[in-house]
Amino acid sequence: MSFPLLTVTALVPAVGAVATAAMPAARRSAAKWLALSVSLVTLGLAAAVLVRFDPGGARYQLTESRPWIAEFGVRYELGVDGIGAVLVALTALLVPFILLAGWHDADEEAGGDKPGRRWRPTQGFFALILAVEAMVVISFLATDVFLFYIFFEAMLIPMYFLIGGFGDRAHEHGEEEASRQRSYAAVKFLLYNLAGGLIMLAAVIGLYAVTADQLGEGTFSLQAITEARASGELEMATNTERLLFLGFFFAFAVKAPLFPLHTWLPNAMGEATAPVAVLITAVVDKVGTFAMLRYCLGLFPEASEWATPVVLVLALISIIYGALVAVGQRDMKRLIAYASISHFGFIILGVFAMTSQGHSGATLYMVNHGISTAALMLVAGFLITRRGSRLIADYGGVQKVAPVLAGAFLVGGLATLSLPGLAPFISEFLVLVGTFSRYPVVGVIAAATIVLAALYVLVLYQRTMTGPVKEGVKGMPDLRVRELAVVTPLIALLIFLGVFPKPLTDIVNPAVEHTLSDVEKHDPAPDVEAAK
Amino acid sequence: MNPVNYLYLAALLFTIGAAGVLVRRNAIIVFMCVELMLNASNLALVTFSRLHGNLDGQIMAFFTMVVAAAEVVVGLAIIVTFFRSRHSASVDDASLMKL
Amino acid sequence: MESLIGLLVGAPLLGAAVLLCGGRRLDRTGHWLGTLLAAASFVVGLLLFADMLGKDTEQRAMHQHLFSWIPVADFQADVGFQLDQLSMTFVLLISGVGTLIHVYSIGYMEHDERRRRFFGYLNLFLAAMLLLVLADNYLLLYVGWEGVGLASYLLIGFWQHKPSAATAAKKAFLVNRVGDVGLSIAIMLMFTTFGTFAFEPVLESTGETSEGKLTAIGLMLLLAACGKSAQVPLQSWLGDAMEGPTPVSALIHAATMVTAGVYLITRSGEIFNAAPDAQLVVVTVGAVTLLFGAIVGCAKDDIKKALAGSTMSQIGYMMLAAGLGPIGYAFAIMHLVTHGFFKAGLFLGAGSVMHGMNDEVDMRKYGGLRKHMPVTFVTFGLGYLAIIGFPGLSGFFSKDQIIEAAFAKGGTQGWILGTCALLGAAITAYYMTRVMLLTFFGEKRWDPAETHPHESPRTMTIPMIVLAFGSVFAGGYFKLNENFVHWLEPVTEFEHGHPPMSAATVTAATVVALLIGVTGAWFQYGRRPVPVVAPRGSLLTRAARRDLLQDDLNHVVLVKGGEHLTRGLVYLDHKLVDGVVNGTAASFGGLSGRVRRVQNGFVRSYAVSMFGGAAVLVAATLLMRAV
Repeated sequence: MSFPLLTVTALVPAVGAVATAAMPAARRSAAKWLALSVSLVTLGLAAAVLVRFDPGGARYQLTESRPWIAEFGVRYELGVDGIGAVLVALTALLVPFILLAGWHDADEEAGGDKPGRRWRPTQGFFALILAVEAMVVISFLATDVFLFYIFFEAMLIPMYFLIGGFGDRAHEHGEEEASRQRSYAAVKFLLYNLAGGLIMLAAVIGLYAVTADQLGEGTFSLQAITEARASGELEMATNTERLLFLGFFFAFAVKAPLFPLHTWLPNAMGEATAPVAVLITAVVDKVGTFAMLRYCLGLFPEASEWATPVVLVLALISIIYGALVAVGQRDMKRLIAYASISHFGFIILGVFAMTSQGHSGATLYMVNHGISTAALMLVAGFLITRRGSRLIADYGGVQKVAPVLAGAFLVGGLATLSLPGLAPFISEFLVLVGTFSRYPVVGVIAAATIVLAALYVLVLYQRTMTGPVKEGVKGMPDLRVRELAVVTPLIALLIFLGVFPKPLTDIVNPAVEHTLSDVEKHDPAPDVEAAK
Repeated sequence: MNPVNYLYLAALLFTIGAAGVLVRRNAIIVFMCVELMLNASNLALVTFSRLHGNLDGQIMAFFTMVVAAAEVVVGLAIIVTFFRSRHSASVDDASLMKL
Repeated sequence: MESLIGLLVGAPLLGAAVLLCGGRRLDRTGHWLGTLLAAASFVVGLLLFADMLGKDTEQRAMHQHLFSWIPVADFQADVGFQLDQLSMTFVLLISGVGTLIHVYSIGYMEHDERRRRFFGYLNLFLAAMLLLVLADNYLLLYVGWEGVGLASYLLIGFWQHKPSAATAAKKAFLVNRVGDVGLSIAIMLMFTTFGTFAFEPVLESTGETSEGKLTAIGLMLLLAACGKSAQVPLQSWLGDAMEGPTPVSALIHAATMVTAGVYLITRSGEIFNAAPDAQLVVVTVGAVTLLFGAIVGCAKDDIKKALAGSTMSQIGYMMLAAGLGPIGYAFAIMHLVTHGFFKAGLFLGAGSVMHGMNDEVDMRKYGGLRKHMPVTFVTFGLGYLAIIGFPGLSGFFSKDQIIEAAFAKGGTQGWILGTCALLGAAITAYYMTRVMLLTFFGEKRWDPAETHPHESPRTMTIPMIVLAFGSVFAGGYFKLNENFVHWLEPVTEFEHGHPPMSAATVTAATVVALLIGVTGAWFQYGRRPVPVVAPRGSLLTRAARRDLLQDDLNHVVLVKGGEHLTRGLVYLDHKLVDGVVNGTAASFGGLSGRVRRVQNGFVRSYAVSMFGGAAVLVAATLLMRAV
């Protein structure tokens, strides 16, 4: 039995979460440092996964498999492919920054270091973030549908408390309204995702029934099902497959989120603190798009193809609609949320374009969107903490008083609008090319929306950062050391991955070949070659 | 004597107990009625045991007694605490745990 | 030598990184560092140029493959450079003029507390622009393309505390973004058509695909070029871009970046050659813009905006030439280079005037400045003579060739294009003479108590002198023995155009047009005093002052329409999409509110329901038995 690297990678943050939560009330600072070091250890483990992963090797590597609920064929099966590997790395990478950015977010709830206090919100905040990390990591690693489902759903619980319990205090109508909005957002988040999850549960059970019926023995193992499909042992009836696909897809579309299931995201991201908002959009939501790529396409290739036209249209609507609504927002966090909806449209477009470029692009998009949104949102969070307002109209002329902050905000914004030279450009262009080569009209429409992205980013920047210095902005301090430690590496990474994404594409490409072979698709050949 | 008569007695006792639970307000009396119902079922169990000629029912009855004893301890403690804080033993005063 | 190519881009990029990240420590030395690195790039360019001259004509193109950038299945994007004669021309122009403008900025920005950042942005611009012309594939070109857009955005909005500057910067970026959509679609089309988007394979295999595809690619490339080069219909940003500091206007919005569109079309010559329909659109855009820009230039009182109109118009000439195919490419680039000299010189002159006039830009408040600023007057004057095409100066040679080539297009098209070009030449002479007269001649219209016009410092005048030198002699040198045409021929091909009349006739017509323009301006602005407050003017003048109402149209259709659309969508998102969800939630809430009344908290009522339930169960069991 070799060293169970994957289990350990998921277990470390889980254990860290418990340990952090158990820290005494008075040891707030120790709890923070403990959580941060746990997240750094996780990052190290994720890096080890990346290093140990051999892109040229088997599809799933570092696999672990143990029976779990033998009666129902549920196994504890972990394995990592190229797509999972980079997403685990993204998660492990972002969490330390999220912790660092949210260093003081839970201090106010704690009400200072009074001796004898038994209420430990700081410990809770940090522990919950680590718990989410553990669950997200295991969802990326699971190769058993049931195992995946459990953690896909379970991560709602810590997220619910993070949104509802540690929200943003800044609100134009005072703290009471903020608290009301916060619980509304938390409940909305929970209900949306639970609804999706329960429909998926039905489909998961349905899948078990189908396998039990056809293979003699029910199984949830992704590999077993894919292999059985490939060998012809397992043949789903068209309608069954479509229904099961819809069940899975609905849950992922809520999580992703896809128009018209998106309205929970602006609420959740607006009311949560900036680091938690990053956790939602950059980490948790990625499970949705990841799962579309792995489960929808992998388990139900024919149904995926059947649904493609509708999904593409919805994704296009998401892209355009998210961007347009973003332009009209008055609240900068909601603006970023709608921008994310637009970006998720791109990811889904890439997934359902079913070309190498589309799939590689979508995977890279998940990573790059994570980093760029983290950069933009966290800087916005620093800004909001300083001014105590989320309204764009309350800002103006920030670059005069805090040039470094404004610069970081601009870089984050430019990444969001996919400026060439920064990482998101690569993924966006790949998605566009991948879509265009199969569906030219869709590709052209999607390409035209890059104007809208520039619009919302530049309008946001112009209104907040330029112009005469507004009253409340005067004397605003520039980024502090802790904040610089968050922003600088993210920006460096955006530039590095924009210039040299090869390390990532090398890992992702072989995995994409596998997903394409799942759906039995080939890239369209260029005209000139086709003519030959 | 026909063992079935014991069953009639058990049913009667159970009905008295149930009626007591439903109509009385004093928590102690409600509590005693619950005991009455438990004992009625004990009687039924023992009777069945006798009728079927095996000891399962008697063993069940012992379990019930043990549970009933434990319940008395907890229940009385609750009632006493409740009485101390409310100066009342009426079950209708304990209606705060509604949705 | 190939390995030096990277240095061309690397030096200014390093400068940008150091200056922008270096912090306040570099405030005192940063501008020298920036200038030095720009000069380093120019020196490397010269070395490579010397090396290139030493080789045979056909062997001159150099390639340097750096690394594989985005490899995904068939989609193979590389970072690689291609330095041929066309790129070389641009490299020398960009780094040469760029260095001069760095020097100029040392003086111009002396009192600005953010001078270090300004130089950082300038260096960033140089790096991006050099990347644009050195890239060996369209995707890398796209990086440079957007990079210059970013630098332009940062520099137009350099004085961000002015809302007008911030708005102008945003507008420039957005309009450029529309063009970028064209470029990205063009690249995607190339990928699906040829399976690649590197220059060589694409341009070599244009014969293997249909004309329709090539036309589509060509039109998309033209859209990109229109955005970057401020051609109709995407020209509206250039006038506003004059909000940036004047050296920026000289470097980016006159000499280099705005000509990138011409580069793109010339570079993609093979595509356009095989797509006559696309070419026709290119020449149309060029002809329309050259008149549009010239008319706008006539009406503006802001010296920089008048020059911006002129830039638009001159780039129109280049577009027109580039659209003519092999008979025009070389002349397009030749005009581009001479324009780089004289327009940069004119802008620097304008900056020098503003520097001496407390940043006043309204020409109606100038007048009689020739005595106060002799160097500026002479250099500006030489630039003026060059741009109107005074015989013997740079502009004469390059513009005359384009007019000739336009006639040589043949048929009705040739006559229309040629006439447009001639008309443009007359209007150019008119508005430039107007600028000249308003600024340097006539009575002084400024208040001597407040304004003390003075000559600018040496760091500013030297670059102006160098550029004036170029404006006078470059054209002549290029024309001598057809030097320039032969230099570019291996890249752009060259055919002699045959205009329907003799070359001498065209030249004579050009000179006549020039004289008409100059005389017209003299009658209007030279002979009689100029009012300080602009007269109401004719309908055309008023329209031209507002950029021929194109901005108003944009405002009504795009800005207002867009605002209504976004507001409507925000409302819908809240009321409809969210409303449906919240409505569902509310109906469940109402239902559960009713159900919860059962939970009244009375133990005894719970007991009743328990007994009731038990009774029902027993009854059901018995019933089942009985059945």
